Amino acid sequence: MDGLGILKGLGVTLRRFVGTYVDDIKWLGRRYFTEDGIRHRMSKDASGVFTVQYPEEKLPVPEEFRFIPFLVYEEKEDGSIFHRCTSCGICAKVCPPQCIWIVRTTDPKTGRPVPEPAEFYIDVDICMNCGYCAEYCPFDAIKMDHDYELSVYDRHTHNIYNKEKLSKPLSYYASIRPTNYQREEAIRAEAEAAKAAKKASAEG
Amino acid sequence: MMEQAILTDVDLAEKFPQKVKRDERKGYEGYLVDADAFLQVAQFVRDEMGYDYLSSVTGVDYFPENYLESVYHFYRTTGGPALVLKVQTPRDNAVVPSLVPLYPGAEFQEREAWDLLGIRYEGHPDLRRILMWEGFAGHPLRKDWREPYYEEDGKPFKSRWPDGHVYRIEDKNPFHKNVDYPADFDPDQWAPDNDASLYASLKKIQSSLSDSGLKTDTVIVNMGPQHPSTHGVFRMVVLLEGETIRALKPVMGYLHRNHEKIGERNTFLMNMPFTDRLDYLSSMSNNFGYALAVEKLMGIQPPERAEYLRVIMAEFTRISNHLFAIGSLLNDLGAYFTPMLYAIEERELILDIFEAVAGSRMMCNYFRFGGVARDLPEGVYEKMRDLAYERLPRRIDELDLYLTNNEIIRARCEGVGVLTAEDAIAFSASGPLLRASGVPYDIRRADPYSIYDRFEFDVAVRYHGDVYDRYLIRMDEIRQSIRILQQAIRDLPEGPIQSGKPQYQVRVPAGEAYGRVEAPKGELGYYVVSNGKPNPWRYHVRAPSFVNITALETMAKGNKVADSVAILGSIDIVLGELDR
Amino acid sequence: MTNDELNQPGYEIPPEIKNQVAITTIDRIYNWSRRSSIWPMMFGLACCAIEMICTAASRFDFARFGMEVMRPSPRQADLLLVSGTVTKKMVPQIVRLYNQMPEPKYVVAMGACASGGGPFKEGYNVVSGIDNYIPVDVYIPGCPPTPQALLHGLITLQKKIDNQTLREARWYKKDVSEVIPVPVLGPDIMDPREYELIRQYSQQKSATTVSEALEGESNPV
Repeated sequence: MDGLGILKGLGVTLRRFVGTYVDDIKWLGRRYFTEDGIRHRMSKDASGVFTVQYPEEKLPVPEEFRFIPFLVYEEKEDGSIFHRCTSCGICAKVCPPQCIWIVRTTDPKTGRPVPEPAEFYIDVDICMNCGYCAEYCPFDAIKMDHDYELSVYDRHTHNIYNKEKLSKPLSYYASIRPTNYQREEAIRAEAEAAKAAKKASAEG
Repeated sequence: MMEQAILTDVDLAEKFPQKVKRDERKGYEGYLVDADAFLQVAQFVRDEMGYDYLSSVTGVDYFPENYLESVYHFYRTTGGPALVLKVQTPRDNAVVPSLVPLYPGAEFQEREAWDLLGIRYEGHPDLRRILMWEGFAGHPLRKDWREPYYEEDGKPFKSRWPDGHVYRIEDKNPFHKNVDYPADFDPDQWAPDNDASLYASLKKIQSSLSDSGLKTDTVIVNMGPQHPSTHGVFRMVVLLEGETIRALKPVMGYLHRNHEKIGERNTFLMNMPFTDRLDYLSSMSNNFGYALAVEKLMGIQPPERAEYLRVIMAEFTRISNHLFAIGSLLNDLGAYFTPMLYAIEERELILDIFEAVAGSRMMCNYFRFGGVARDLPEGVYEKMRDLAYERLPRRIDELDLYLTNNEIIRARCEGVGVLTAEDAIAFSASGPLLRASGVPYDIRRADPYSIYDRFEFDVAVRYHGDVYDRYLIRMDEIRQSIRILQQAIRDLPEGPIQSGKPQYQVRVPAGEAYGRVEAPKGELGYYVVSNGKPNPWRYHVRAPSFVNITALETMAKGNKVADSVAILGSIDIVLGELDR
Repeated sequence: MTNDELNQPGYEIPPEIKNQVAITTIDRIYNWSRRSSIWPMMFGLACCAIEMICTAASRFDFARFGMEVMRPSPRQADLLLVSGTVTKKMVPQIVRLYNQMPEPKYVVAMGACASGGGPFKEGYNVVSGIDNYIPVDVYIPGCPPTPQALLHGLITLQKKIDNQTLREARWYKKDVSEVIPVPVLGPDIMDPREYELIRQYSQQKSATTVSEALEGESNPV
């Protein structure tokens, strides 16, 4: 009970306190609102003020970050769009809290299913952001979004996302997950080539 | 404990013919014991065979066969595999002798089985509902009990695809809420229990308090469920004499989210993200235990690299959890926020790694049966290395200097909330709580799983069993975890991360499995029963927080009411796991 | 704050005196000071509470918004952050806490569970959204919302406060602060306002079970 322990502890806090100013001077003017500054605050050498000044500056989210899912559509040269989704229903089947609802399109003439969803809903008030739908989708049609700024005043009119609200272009997906996108595109291209070769050999 | 030769390899079926027989069902293990001989067998198991640690008590409802089964997992604190005993009892009059006289750690687990399955444990000192409230209609885990939002027995629900016209399920309920009422019920005639049975059991203790000669009065005080130092929605009802605690009853269930009922509707794979939400401070460890249990049933092994990644993630989780625990313990002691802020700073850096690897800060959902979900993205390996080799050791030393010898902390913590080694074992305490009482029992060493037998680390033990030792042991464990991390990161091999192709429909053969891991808070066990269908027949979580809280009353008795906060903080509970 | 927002409240201001009307200025100061000192209640329910603590801690630090004074007592709090799954067993306490908060009070439903039941919605002890019992101002989706998502929600709440006017402030009206009846734990959770409905439902149910039983007797399978 000599108080030495308390003094040592106070020394630690004092060092931290002084450290914030030292760090600010070292980084004079470059510490906040710059990419370097944020990277420094996320690194092993982070010292001094640790705070990220949201909303003026934002902590970058990593590529794998997942929030609410979205549907990927491709744009053709003529400006028309088509969804990659074939409404196979795997995402709806694998969804742990069962928040995905899909209506499959049927051809009015033949009555047979058409590979495109007529309606697609996700109840955001149930979704648990687990990422299974994106992980098990065989067509790379549903992906996890990075946008987390979704607060609303009324959930009853806003929080069941329909197909229109869920759809985002492929270019958006490529911009938020560049490495995944490139890997998947390579696999897709390979599969296409294999298919074409098979077709050619069958014809020939 | 006993200074006598321990019998090993006794065939209980030979020892107790007529009363005990081997469980011969396919995929099952252990013995089936007759209810009337159960106490005798348990006594033998404890005293002669040395199974001094009752890990898990739970029940299974075999519905069409019309019986309930009470399942017990015993272990030796010297290490080794489990002894499984089962008692079967008819469904309409389910009675099983209570194990509380022999193993006090069974108290809350038996209450839970009574609450959710309706197995009446005869001889239990205080058999009340524990997670639901007194008066709730029915025992929800029975297979024929249906929740108000019942759709189908198992997922996936047919209403979602191919004709999934969206609706909110509450719109199909006449009250537009998640409620259902029994037939012939008149709400005006209803007299709510209002914890009458709880107070009655406290009153009994009140009247039995010995008269010290001085004329004193006792008072009952409620702490929680909304209280800043109960770590969530936990409630303690304390009987005070002056400021001294004479009795303490924990009240829980305020965060009972029906993991097990939902888990039995889910498919095996769907349960993985739900396990994240059990102990939400250490989701990777939760994934680990569940993956082990199901892999045991499936009989598959993850590849090398996946094993290493699993260990790395589990140990990072341990560090972040202990940092949070230390921070909030200090908060409870009144060191408002500064230690917590320092601890959270390091935790955030660990969470950055989780976010980069698994996609979410807290709900990682990273493990799959037979591997992990994805490989390390670019740059993460370097980050992990920097943390494990540089940043964390440095910062832990600083935290040590900052807190450990602080006189106020020592005065508040030393000698407070003592739990002896005997009590700790008897109450089935686990994790830091058990090891701070001088029992060197760590599942990573006692019953090694995954690849923990390859790493060099010490099982941290402290011997006083007080709040201070529980703080110290967390510091020790962080250091040991850093040691493991350094070895695992150094040796991380290249290779696949998943055995076989990733599948969304896993085939799990019929049988039972109990997978357990040394989670940061203690022994986390998953008891899974499969009947070959896509959904588990029984999915039970043996949560360390829930079982550790059994010892709370013993630790708190005789201390001042202000210390109860510190004692609770030193157990390190998380409500998501306590109430499930 | 833009001029548009200033003039939004539902009354006409002639264009020639726009930006000079005194009431606008008072509103502005009043709202600015209110939104810059929202004291949340120190009250965590589940997983989201951990993210709330992280938001309060050094990295995200909602002290920058004047919200660092977390009050354990509802009587000193302006904001009830419902951070996590609301269970039936917990609802009576939450309603009581809400009733004890002084006006003006705000409720933020943080995360999927508090908004609409979340992944646990189907559970027998889970309330499908706290707005079944108390009014909610802002909903933040996510499971759990990251600290930055929570901050975005709090900024959304600040915007809502900015748009309120003294004239319409309900807490200066006479018949203010209706007390929400505390739900009762019966065989299931019961809202005292719904007793009549419950009785009807239950009678109907017993009638159908009786008729089903009779049917079963008359046509044995």
